[in-house]
Amino acid sequence: MALKASRIAVAKTYKIYIDGKFPRTESGRYFALEMKDGSVIANVCRSSRKDFRNAVVAARAALAGWSGASAYLRGQIVYRIAEMLEGRHEQFVDELVLQGMSKRKAKSEVDATIDRVIYYAGWSDKYQQIFSSVNPVASSHFNFSVLEPTGVVAVIAPDDSGLLGLVSTLMPVIVGGNSAVVLASESLPLSAVSFAEVLQAGDVPKGVVNILTGYRSELAMQFASHMDVNAVVHSEFAEDRTRDIQQEAARNIKRVITRSETKWTSASAQSPYLIRETQETKTTWHPIGN
Amino acid sequence: MDTQTNKLAFDGGWQYAPAPESTDHIHIDERYGLFIGGEFVEPADGGYFTSINPASEEPLAEVATATAADVDRAVAAARKAFKGPWSKMHAAERGKYIYRLARILQERAREFAVIESLDGGKPIRESRDIDIPLAAAHFFYYAGWADKLEYAFPGRKALPLGVAGQVIPWNFPLLMLAWKIAPALACGNAVVLKPAETTPLTALKVAEVVRDAGLPPGVVNILTGAGDTGAAIVNHPDVDKIAFTGSTDVGRSIQKAIAGSGKKYTLELGGKAANIIFADAAIDEAVEGIVNGIFFNQGHVCCAGSRLFVQESVGDEVIRKLKDRMETLIIGDPLDKNTDIGAINSAAQLERIEEYLKIGREEGAEMHQSSCPVPERGYWCRPTIFTGVSQSNRVVQEEIFGPVLAVQTFRTEEEGLTKANNTPYGLSGGVWTDKGAKIFKMTQGVRAGVIWANTFNKFDPTSPFGGYKESGVGREGGLHGLDAYVKLEV
Amino acid sequence: MTLAAVPSKTPVPDLERVARVDEVGVNERVARFQSRSIKTESKIEALKLVLAMIDLTTLEGQDTPGKVRQLCQKAMHLHDRMPGLPHVAAICVYPTMVAIAKKALGQSGIKVASVATAFPSGMAPRSIKLEETRMAVAEGADEIDMVISRGAFLQGELGFVFDEIAAIKEACGAAHLKVILETGELGTLDRVRRASWLAMHAGADFIKTSTGKIQPAATMPVTLVMLQAIREYWYNKGRMVGMKPAGGIANSKLALHYLVMLRETLGNAWMTPEWFRFGASSLANDVLMQLQKQATGVYQSADYFSKD
Repeated sequence: MALKASRIAVAKTYKIYIDGKFPRTESGRYFALEMKDGSVIANVCRSSRKDFRNAVVAARAALAGWSGASAYLRGQIVYRIAEMLEGRHEQFVDELVLQGMSKRKAKSEVDATIDRVIYYAGWSDKYQQIFSSVNPVASSHFNFSVLEPTGVVAVIAPDDSGLLGLVSTLMPVIVGGNSAVVLASESLPLSAVSFAEVLQAGDVPKGVVNILTGYRSELAMQFASHMDVNAVVHSEFAEDRTRDIQQEAARNIKRVITRSETKWTSASAQSPYLIRETQETKTTWHPIGN
Repeated sequence: MDTQTNKLAFDGGWQYAPAPESTDHIHIDERYGLFIGGEFVEPADGGYFTSINPASEEPLAEVATATAADVDRAVAAARKAFKGPWSKMHAAERGKYIYRLARILQERAREFAVIESLDGGKPIRESRDIDIPLAAAHFFYYAGWADKLEYAFPGRKALPLGVAGQVIPWNFPLLMLAWKIAPALACGNAVVLKPAETTPLTALKVAEVVRDAGLPPGVVNILTGAGDTGAAIVNHPDVDKIAFTGSTDVGRSIQKAIAGSGKKYTLELGGKAANIIFADAAIDEAVEGIVNGIFFNQGHVCCAGSRLFVQESVGDEVIRKLKDRMETLIIGDPLDKNTDIGAINSAAQLERIEEYLKIGREEGAEMHQSSCPVPERGYWCRPTIFTGVSQSNRVVQEEIFGPVLAVQTFRTEEEGLTKANNTPYGLSGGVWTDKGAKIFKMTQGVRAGVIWANTFNKFDPTSPFGGYKESGVGREGGLHGLDAYVKLEV
Repeated sequence: MTLAAVPSKTPVPDLERVARVDEVGVNERVARFQSRSIKTESKIEALKLVLAMIDLTTLEGQDTPGKVRQLCQKAMHLHDRMPGLPHVAAICVYPTMVAIAKKALGQSGIKVASVATAFPSGMAPRSIKLEETRMAVAEGADEIDMVISRGAFLQGELGFVFDEIAAIKEACGAAHLKVILETGELGTLDRVRRASWLAMHAGADFIKTSTGKIQPAATMPVTLVMLQAIREYWYNKGRMVGMKPAGGIANSKLALHYLVMLRETLGNAWMTPEWFRFGASSLANDVLMQLQKQATGVYQSADYFSKD
């Protein structure tokens, strides 16, 4: 890497993030991420279906604790992510620049990312109040509907936005108490790994977010078909890929959420309605009597 | 009386004389066409099939089979109505049409109840007291939403989707129709609805109501037929939304079929609900809840409490009381006002249930059935419970869709919860305990969309209904039921 | 008055272990009974059974021997123009009227039931309650309808209530003991169920809802809870206990609903006057009118039925 120091730079190894740890892919495979001039930026893990399987196990194990945590605590933890990002602002900017973004754009992307995390941190203890209801049934019953997290959510993060796109698809999932397995942008994967380091250094419990790097062609269908995944969030535009994901998802009636934003900085890229996409409505009845 | 076995005597003695509901005021045509564009029309090339009374195996009416050409016509009529008067109409006026439907259903309630029982086999008490009033209430509830959608989705504009294709099952023919049509119309959509092939008659009567209420032609289209008709609706390229209630297998195939089409969908699928009885519950009411949970509508209920979990310390007591209670259930003529358990909906369904009874016995479970006599003709299944089963039994895992209960015991709260959730389904669940804190712990813990605590099988238009996991996607009923029929814009 | 009593001979049952009751569930079950349709011969049979189960009652401060004799006449001759009618099960009167009723009823087979224990409030020392009971039995009462001490029950003095019932039972000798819970003063169905349990364990032959002097008197939900308690007791002990709803059951349709409830809760064994009674003063005539309507097909006027 072309750094100016006279000493030998220590290059960063980009690993994947499963169950709060940074293993290399069990497959031992990698793909080289190159700059436009063809020089190698990093060797990125080419995760396998087994890595994905392990990540789902970790996500499932983490679910009870995370979904059972108080909304306030989840908000605090998500807010902590923003704090950590702020502290590493420069690192994330540099990494985006390294992956080909202009410095100015990179800076505004990191700003937007931090703001987005804070946006969702604030929703943690509010979306429930927006979307819940007390239902005036005709019989002598108290009846209410609340949201509960869908469960383990597979997130195929957008390819065109390695950091903001990732955060915009992931945050509404986890702030709602789901655990997630994320497939990072294939062409812009580095920010995702650094983001995982933020998660680990922050207070996000292990397994709540797991981040894999690799090829969509190899992994997208695994994300869609796994029987212990409850929902799949993706930003695939290619019609055949969308179709294939939905077909595979049908195996266990997975919820399929398509995030079709073309501009991740736009206002519509953040909303409590996006939190609701990976929530289930539970309605409870109880008699009112002596 | 035999005090040794502590069994109460319900046979002999004073019995209820037959109390048949009158059918004098009921008119069923010999033959029904398809309801497309506001009028009944001949099917293009599908011919007719016969809808029979499952209690007598007698034919009731000839009903048309809609084929792809008819689906084309119906979707075109719906599209025309959607683009034309329906979406241009002021929302409040749209609401008034739906109110009209509700009112006419209330006025003709008895007629609908009788036809529902004739065609589907369910007891008149249920069609009269539950299905028809709830269906009317559903229209009444959603009628009021038509001009208030802005309040349902803060910060968003709710727009109709266009043409909704709706496929409904045979267990609650009119009620499921109401669940589908009412919110769709309230949100400004036009619909093409297919009732189940064994229970098409009340839907065809609704077609008359739609016509009498003066709804613009094409807003509601009713196509009869079997699976092929449903598939033609699901796969039609000009349908914007699919709403389906039925089995998980068919739901899965629908999700696959429409993959990549961009069609919005809601699926209300199967279930195998756990009904969990704790030792500190109001046991006598819990026994009623068990009965209501599994024997309501012959067990043809997707949210039926088909897996009973009884805390071990009250296991014998609950089962004894349940068996005694089962003896008081009256099976027979669906039109008799005293009938508790009507006819199984079809020969095919009876065969399926009986296959499970065989499987249960072969798996070594102990089968107990009530001793109530059943009629000679028609399709009948006595209330049945299996004891001595475990999670690994097929009668515990699979949806039987009949009056068949699998009973297990558990010891601790955690064990009860673990077993309750040990299923790919997640539609409903029941929890019975007198302890408030435990109710919340358990109702939070059961992974299902509807939880009845100290009650079971309750429904209301204001109350969202729908499943977790393989029990479906989306909610019907209440504020949340509007989601299924709108697209939200900033 | 001190509530402390001599230790019970049999232990007071642990009421904490009595099954809980869910009011809404009970009401739903009752609605199911009410949706039963009783027609034709089934209705006639049931109406006659209702008549045979009636404890024809007069419990007024203005009661006189003359009034009681008239009522006894009615009990024996409900509506003689209609053949095949049963007589009522019993006449229910104050202790001072027992001898009058006993004489008036003669060999009719109709029982004499006497209220006792400072009916309707029960606010008297035990010695007086026992004395009153013994007196009524000595005068010829076949059945004693006692009231429980509701104040003591609500105060949590269960042993006192239990002992009192047991003592009265002893004083009854061969007479049957009906224990009135006065459910209208107990407030919840849970307490109704517990009081039923206590009364049965203390020796009640019958449990009875009400004095008729407090509203609400008998209701179907309350009666269902008591029937469920009787069933539970029978499951546990194998002893049948009778049931008497009293007060507020004034028409045939309601009485038929009670019979439906009885049949579907306890079964045939209880479907006799030996095990089920209606405490009522005006029910009989409405049942007679219904029977006449069944026989003639014509709706009736009260003017054609004797009021005593």
